[in-house]
Amino acid sequence: MAGYIFKRLLSAIPVLFGITLIVFLIMAMIPGDPATAILGSYATPENVAKLNRDLGLDAPLWQRYFIWLGNMLQGDFGRSFALNRPVLDEVIERFNATLILAGTAFILCSLLGVIAGVVSAARQYGFADKAITFAVLLGISIPSFFLGMMMVLLFAVNLKWLPVSGMYAIYGGGDLPDLIRHLIMPATALSVVAIGVIARLSRSAMLEVLRQDFIRTARAKGVHEFGVIWRHALKAAMVSIIPVLGIQAGFVLSGAVYIEMVFQWPGVGRMLVDAILKRDILLVQGGVVFVAACYVLFNIIVDVAQSMLDPRIKT
Amino acid sequence: MRQFFALLFRNRLAAAGAIVMAIVVVLALLTPVLPLADPDVTNTGDRFIRPFSDGHLLGTDHLGRDLLSRLLWGTRLSLAVGFAAALIAATIGSAIGIIAGYFGGRTDNIIMRGVDMLMAFPYILLALAIVAALGPGLFNALIAVAAVNVPFFARNIRGITVSIAHKEFVDAARLSGMGDMRIILSEVLPNVIPVIVIAMSTTIGWMILETAGLSFLGLGSQPPQADLGSMLGEARSALITNPHTSIVPGAMILVIVMAINLLGDGIRDALDPRLKSGALSRPKPATLVDKNRTEMPPGDPEALLSIRDLRTEFRIKDKIYKAVGGVDLSVRPGECLGIIGESGSGKSVTALSVMGLVSSPPGIITAGSVAFKGEELVGASYKTLRAYRGDRVAYIFQDPLATLHPLFRIGDQLTEAITSHHAIPKKEANQRAIELLRAVRIPNAESRAKSFPHELSGGMRQRVGIAMALANDPDVIIADEPTTALDVTVQAQILALLNDLRRERGLAIIFITHDFGVVAQLCDRVAVMYAGRIVEEGDSADILGNPVHPYTSRLMACVPELGGGKRELEAIPGLPPVVNNLPAGCAFAERCANRQPQCTNQEIELIGTGSRSVRCLFPEKSLVEDRELQ
Amino acid sequence: MNTAVHVENLSKSFVVGKRLLGPPKGIVKALHPLNLDVEKGETLGIVGESGCGKSTLARMLVGLLEPTTGLIEISGEPLQNTDPALFGRKIQYVFQDPVSSLNPRKTIRQIMEAPLVHLHGLGRDERARRISEIFEMVSLREEFLDRYPHEFSGGQAQRIGIARALTADAQVIVLDEPVSALDVSVQAQVLNLLADLKRQLNLTYLFISHDLAVVEAVSDRIAVLYFGSIVEVGTAAEVFSSPRHPYTKLLAESAPVVGRPLKAPENAETELPDPLDPPTGCAFRARCRNAIAECAASSPSLEGPANHQAACFNPLS
Repeated sequence: MAGYIFKRLLSAIPVLFGITLIVFLIMAMIPGDPATAILGSYATPENVAKLNRDLGLDAPLWQRYFIWLGNMLQGDFGRSFALNRPVLDEVIERFNATLILAGTAFILCSLLGVIAGVVSAARQYGFADKAITFAVLLGISIPSFFLGMMMVLLFAVNLKWLPVSGMYAIYGGGDLPDLIRHLIMPATALSVVAIGVIARLSRSAMLEVLRQDFIRTARAKGVHEFGVIWRHALKAAMVSIIPVLGIQAGFVLSGAVYIEMVFQWPGVGRMLVDAILKRDILLVQGGVVFVAACYVLFNIIVDVAQSMLDPRIKT
Repeated sequence: MRQFFALLFRNRLAAAGAIVMAIVVVLALLTPVLPLADPDVTNTGDRFIRPFSDGHLLGTDHLGRDLLSRLLWGTRLSLAVGFAAALIAATIGSAIGIIAGYFGGRTDNIIMRGVDMLMAFPYILLALAIVAALGPGLFNALIAVAAVNVPFFARNIRGITVSIAHKEFVDAARLSGMGDMRIILSEVLPNVIPVIVIAMSTTIGWMILETAGLSFLGLGSQPPQADLGSMLGEARSALITNPHTSIVPGAMILVIVMAINLLGDGIRDALDPRLKSGALSRPKPATLVDKNRTEMPPGDPEALLSIRDLRTEFRIKDKIYKAVGGVDLSVRPGECLGIIGESGSGKSVTALSVMGLVSSPPGIITAGSVAFKGEELVGASYKTLRAYRGDRVAYIFQDPLATLHPLFRIGDQLTEAITSHHAIPKKEANQRAIELLRAVRIPNAESRAKSFPHELSGGMRQRVGIAMALANDPDVIIADEPTTALDVTVQAQILALLNDLRRERGLAIIFITHDFGVVAQLCDRVAVMYAGRIVEEGDSADILGNPVHPYTSRLMACVPELGGGKRELEAIPGLPPVVNNLPAGCAFAERCANRQPQCTNQEIELIGTGSRSVRCLFPEKSLVEDRELQ
Repeated sequence: MNTAVHVENLSKSFVVGKRLLGPPKGIVKALHPLNLDVEKGETLGIVGESGCGKSTLARMLVGLLEPTTGLIEISGEPLQNTDPALFGRKIQYVFQDPVSSLNPRKTIRQIMEAPLVHLHGLGRDERARRISEIFEMVSLREEFLDRYPHEFSGGQAQRIGIARALTADAQVIVLDEPVSALDVSVQAQVLNLLADLKRQLNLTYLFISHDLAVVEAVSDRIAVLYFGSIVEVGTAAEVFSSPRHPYTKLLAESAPVVGRPLKAPENAETELPDPLDPPTGCAFRARCRNAIAECAASSPSLEGPANHQAACFNPLS
């Protein structure tokens, strides 16, 4: 196992390089003089000169890439001109907030999605299946930001059960119960689409597995139907569900951008959108690389979980 | 194509989706000619007019612009962008996927590594990066959404292409002299297109959501131009005071995406051949039993297992396949009964019907009785069936790789067979599992118990299958072609093992096979099945030495036997009948040399004397006499 | 020139577990270098169990797989590149699974026309004439031409597969388990059809099967494959009446036969050796009762008179 994890970590290195290269190339598509383009409205002569020095912007493209990469490897992601602070500090602070929101939503959607999918498959064409299928369809069709807005209208404005927005109350908040009260709506709104996708996939994976010969073997042995569904079938279905959980984690992280806008959540998504609108390119670049790298590491965890489940993937 | 639309519209939800979508598309197309206010003209005096007011059916927004007009123009734009993005992503992604999948090797490796890199981003980061580079704007958002979805298509289509490129018909096309390009276009592409269509129809809604999302963030369409996402984004600040400005575009997105998803699911279902055959339904824990069946008193009280007039059908759409059409059989303690027949003869279905293991739907038992020691099992509760399954009546199946659970250790699969029926401590069950592995002569039983099925060879796996059947010392074992998937040298080992075990333990076995040699070596009695019915039954030595039904004798003659040298074989003309359209009378008559008019105009009974019976009006008596003369 | 197929030193190795850097995890020798000659008009039966390399051999013979080493000559002409179109005119292939060898989205006519267009460049009328000629030979009705493959049973589909192989007008046909997917009562029909066609068209067959009895019924000569090598080859009569390699004997005794009592022909619970870690010397020695010290030391090569050779240090009889 340790060997597998090590190997998997090793194989992440080229992917991380690839990510930086892709981001760099996309950013190189910006037309015009790079320093002026990157700085946008902050392009004062001093700033341009400093950036040119830091990033060697007069150098050829590939040299610039390695300078940028070398700086990043030393923890220097550059400086946000709009916020006037180091990119990395800002990104880490914002990413914490995103992690709380997206992590909660991810746990929520994994659990509910898989359970809904299994129940739906076990009761195929029954009432529970039809109800879940309809709810799922609604879930994957509603834009999460619209759902969030409607939740605010209902639960915050009309019923006054939950706070409208933010992460902590401005006065007197800051403790865990306060965080949870602020978290309920955004995490729910964020998880709805993913619950739908995971439930759908779990249902079809379960149906696929339930037709397999080894399920008939389990039944022929006299295993109780509960064990057939939740032990034999679900374990086999998890082999195709787990990779989708990995992909859905990316979708939850993506959806967080909208939800952070709706609920004024101080996360990295809102930071990125603000940065794009203010043309704070270095902040965008650093934020994208940092979050993508975290996602790559998360996918390693997913792969390790998969290899623990399925003995056929060794080496 | 007609069939496709018929299938699509039979699905009521998909039809509803199609209708809603048609209305939306027509409205979007007609928008320029409809008598609407200019969507972009501001009139701050009329801001936030409520819906259903004069002149503004849906009210106005924060700049006093007519919401209905903006909604229709916005829908038009959102649809166009969504479709365009889907089309671009599908075309580029599929092309990449097909090339990678077809050529394989290095090409595949390089392309797929690139795709993996792109998929290593949470998709929105990539989209945001692209928009950041190109600048906000609807066209740039379209490029971003399309680009982000290319890897999804590429990966999906590559997988399908790989499986098609390895099909034998592609090899056949090569041998027909076709080049790579021609094979891709004429052999691979037609088989991939349904998958592309499915992938597109199920992601188009998603693309509309994504573009709306970018516009919502202010990165897509720029004011004053309206699309649904930007309408929602602009309305957000007035959400609490004037919710209608948010609800109108939001509800529209919901309606459009939902209609597209319904339609997409319908298209997927109509194109997926597995769904047509009903193969994706979940088999129930026990085979369905027709409630209106004619009940049958249990047969032979002395028998361990007695089957009377068993009928099992498969109901697939409007067709009824009568897989088992009235079978009578019984097994006594310690006896080995062979059931022999070709594929589709109903031999396996008969065996699976005993413990209600026929997949249902589409299987259903419509009549007859199966009694174990006098207790009726057809129509018995699931609880009763489960209590017998694996405890008194155990099964061995054909392909041991598919029939063992791939993710459980074989020791655990064995202990589960025991603990499902007997509450004994785990340690004791483990000990018993190891004894069972020894009983089927698996070397190093202790360490083998910790292996997973894929770590064993085919023969070893089938030994595990046998050990599992023995777990609770059952009275009857039903073996459904247990050696068909094995090589002959391994088959010989397994048959010898089964034979030893049955003599040691006094087991009754029902052995299903298509091989006369196996029957001759293992079985005391044999029943020959054809088109769902028993055509001949008796002691196996007797039947094999002296077949009376023309089918049995012709079938035996057409199997080449070792030692005969190069020769012309005796063939049976024609094909076995399809069981959804059985002829009247004898099902074999069409292929039979002894056929007379009587054969096809009446039911033919299974009649016999003593241990021997046959379902034939003109059995091969001459043959019998010949043998007796010799 | 009476040799239809001449194979020299033909072998195939597969690389397992390719890595980006460094050597691969292992090399599996699917087929050890082998020599083979098939006379014009002859049927050579190739027998072996799963994993013995018989399909690898077949795919190389028709150019679908590139050999690692060796030379293939069909009718005296060497074919070294893997352009199936070049092979296609000289040697054709009948697949094991008749249904998956027909493209589900093409009509039978389109499938039948492909070799005529791409290999022979025939015009429309000529193609129609040729197809009806061949359909006549394999006794298929011409109304089938406008149907799709899923409408046919296995036996009919295999007839179509044979008909397609005939349209290429090749003199040699490789039959890869052509009847093992078919029902017993249909097998005999197809085998008899193949025999008829061979007589009429003076074809040469390489008939590959795991079923000894079927091979015996159709073959003039027989080659027995075990673990990627030919262990015995000779005229059918010789090989079956007095097998010299212990494996051939085991194979013959394992097939269940009416009238012979059941006994396990071998006690050891052994099966094929691990291809990633092949044993030294003779691959069969672990299962062999006649094994002697020499068997572990080196691999035996085929020896004996031309009509019956065996690769064994301690042959039977």
